[in-house]
Amino acid sequence: MRFLFKTDYEDDIRLVPHSGYVLSYGALFVLLIIAPYVLSSYLMSQVVFVCIYATVGVALLILTGFTGQASLGHAAFLAIGAYTAAYLQQYNVPFPVYFLAAGLLTGAIGAIVGFPALRLQGIYLVIATISFAFIVEEILARWESVTHGNEGMRVKTIQWLGTTVPRDSPAFYFLCLAVLVLTIVGALNLLRSPTGRAFIAIRDSETAARSMGINVSLYKVKSFAISAGITGFAGCLFAHKLSFISPEMFTLQLSIEFIIVILIGGTFSLHGAVLGAIFIVMLDPFLTYLKDDVPGMVGSLAATLGAGSERAGHIQDSVAAFASANGLKGAIYGVIIVLFVLFEPLGLYGRWLKIRLFFQLFPLYKRATFKRQKIYVKSERNR
Amino acid sequence: MSYFRAENLSLHFGGLKAVDAVSFAVEKGEILSIIGPNGAGKSSIFNLISRIYSPTFGKIFFEDRDITQEPAYAIARLGIARTFQNIELFENATVLSNLLVGRHRHSTTQLWQELLFLPSVRANEKLHRRRVEQVIEFLDLEPYRDKLISGLPYGVRKVIELARALCSEPKLILLDEPSSGLNVEETDDMSFWIRDMKSELGITVIMVEHDMTLVNRVSDRVIALNYGRVLAMGTPHEVQRHPDVIAAYLGA
Repeated sequence: MRFLFKTDYEDDIRLVPHSGYVLSYGALFVLLIIAPYVLSSYLMSQVVFVCIYATVGVALLILTGFTGQASLGHAAFLAIGAYTAAYLQQYNVPFPVYFLAAGLLTGAIGAIVGFPALRLQGIYLVIATISFAFIVEEILARWESVTHGNEGMRVKTIQWLGTTVPRDSPAFYFLCLAVLVLTIVGALNLLRSPTGRAFIAIRDSETAARSMGINVSLYKVKSFAISAGITGFAGCLFAHKLSFISPEMFTLQLSIEFIIVILIGGTFSLHGAVLGAIFIVMLDPFLTYLKDDVPGMVGSLAATLGAGSERAGHIQDSVAAFASANGLKGAIYGVIIVLFVLFEPLGLYGRWLKIRLFFQLFPLYKRATFKRQKIYVKSERNR
Repeated sequence: MSYFRAENLSLHFGGLKAVDAVSFAVEKGEILSIIGPNGAGKSSIFNLISRIYSPTFGKIFFEDRDITQEPAYAIARLGIARTFQNIELFENATVLSNLLVGRHRHSTTQLWQELLFLPSVRANEKLHRRRVEQVIEFLDLEPYRDKLISGLPYGVRKVIELARALCSEPKLILLDEPSSGLNVEETDDMSFWIRDMKSELGITVIMVEHDMTLVNRVSDRVIALNYGRVLAMGTPHEVQRHPDVIAAYLGA
C-alpha cells in the first residue's frame, strides 16, 4: 500500500497525486491513440459513442452528482445542440463556429431552465425537467421551418479549411476524444476551485451553503448552464456521428440512459461517467447478440439435452420472441437501475475501489469499510 | 453606536410569537450568551440574524448598517459566520473541502478562470489552503484533514463546524449551542477556544448555550429569554439571580 506524505499545499491541489497515476493514465492514453488503427470500424464507432455519452455523463454528473439537482431533460439539451449545429450548417457556417454556437446556445437555454428550477427540489425538479424535455421534443416536431419537423435533418460531414472529417474516420474519433478529455479536465478544475466546492455544498446542505456566503440561486443556475453547455457540445458531435437527426431520437428514454450512465458508473466520481457510458453503449451489441445468436444456441442446447426437434423449435421460437420483444431494452434498464440502487449504490467505480482496496489490504479487508453510517439526522426545519 | 444591534426584533408564526420585540446590543470584542428554556426563541434569533427567517418587524444593524433586508448569502460576506445547533456540515465531502467552503466569501476568481485553472486560481487556492491550515492548527484538527465528515464522531463534527465558521475570518460569530453533545473535556476545550477567539482573533461572539458552567466561564454578558421575550440582561451572576429567570427555569 502506498502512503503519501504531503509536504506542500500543492499536494492537495494537483490533479496527479503520485507517479502511479502518470503510468496508468499514460498507458490508457497510448491505448486510446492506437485504438483506431487496431479496432474494427464497428467497435470504433461504439467507442465514439462512448466518448459522446461520457461527455454528457460528465455534464450530468456536474449537475446531478455534484450540485444535487436531478435532471431527466438532458436529451433535450442534446437535441438543442444537435439541431443548432444542423441548422447553422445549412448556411455554410464553418465547423468551429457552429460547434461553439451549439454549446453556448444550449448553455444559455440551460440557464433559463435553471431559473424556474430554483424553487423546486427532488422529485418536483425531475418532473419539471421531464416536462422541459417534452416541450423541446414537441417544438422540434412542429417548428418545421427550422427543424423540418418529423422528416428530420441531414447533417453533412465536417468540412473545415479544405479537410473533411467523415464520421467514421480516426480524425472524428480524436475530435470526440479531445472534447471528452477537455470536458473532464475542465470538470476536475472546477471541482478543485471555489465554484465546485460551492456545488458540493449546495448538494449537502443549502442552509449551510447560504450561511457560508454562497449565493445558492446563482450557483444552481451556473450549474445548469455548465451542464447544458457541455451537453450542447456533445449534441453537435452526436448529430455528426448519426448524420441524420429527427425528434424521435431525443426521447425520454435517452434522458433515462444518461441517468443510468451516471447511476451505474457512480455518482461521486468523474470515472463513473466514463464507466457508465461504456456500459450503456455496450448494452446495444449485447441486445443484438441476444436477438441473433442466443435463440439458436438455446434451441440446439435443448435438442442435445433430449428435447424433440419440434419441442426444441418451439423453445427457440419463444426465446427469439422474448429477445426481440418491444420494450425489452426499457425493461433491462429498469432492472439494472433497481439492482444497482439496491446492491451497489456507489456504482461500477465504487465496485472498482472496493476491489482495489481488497487487494491493497489483503488479507485484512473488511466489508464494513464502505458501509455508510448515518447516525445523526439533519434538521429539516430550516429548509 | 453599538457594534451589533437588534431593535424590536420580532418573528411571528401566525399567532405564535416566537420572538417578541427583542432588543439588544453587542459591543465589539464582547461575548454575549443567550440563555432560556426550550422554545424560548434563542435559535430563532440566530436564524433571524443570519436571514434564514425574515423578521415580522424590527431591524438588525451591524457596524451601523441596516442588514435586515440583505439576502442570507450576503450576511456571511459582511463578516457574520454561524454554526448550527444540529450540525449542518457537507456530509459527503472531506474535512478540508468543508473548511475551504468557509473561505468562499474570500474567493475572487471567475468561472472561466477556474475552468482553465489559471495561475491566479492556483495562487488563490494556496492562500485559502494556508488560512485553513491556521484554523486547523488553532482547533487541533490535524488528524482529520482528509477524512469524510460522514465517518466522524459527533464531537469532532462540532469542532469542524466551528472551524468552518472561523475559516471565513468573521468579525462576528454566532454559536448555536457549541457544547451540546460534547463531554466535559470537550466542553472545556470549547470554552478555551471561545475565549481565544475573542482574545487572539478579536472576534465578537454571540452564543446560545444551555451549559451554565460554560456560560459563566466565557460570557461578558448574558440575556435570558422566555416565550420570545427578554427576561433579564446583565452579567452572568446578575442574570442567574434574577427572580424572573429563576421562575422561568424552576416554574414558580
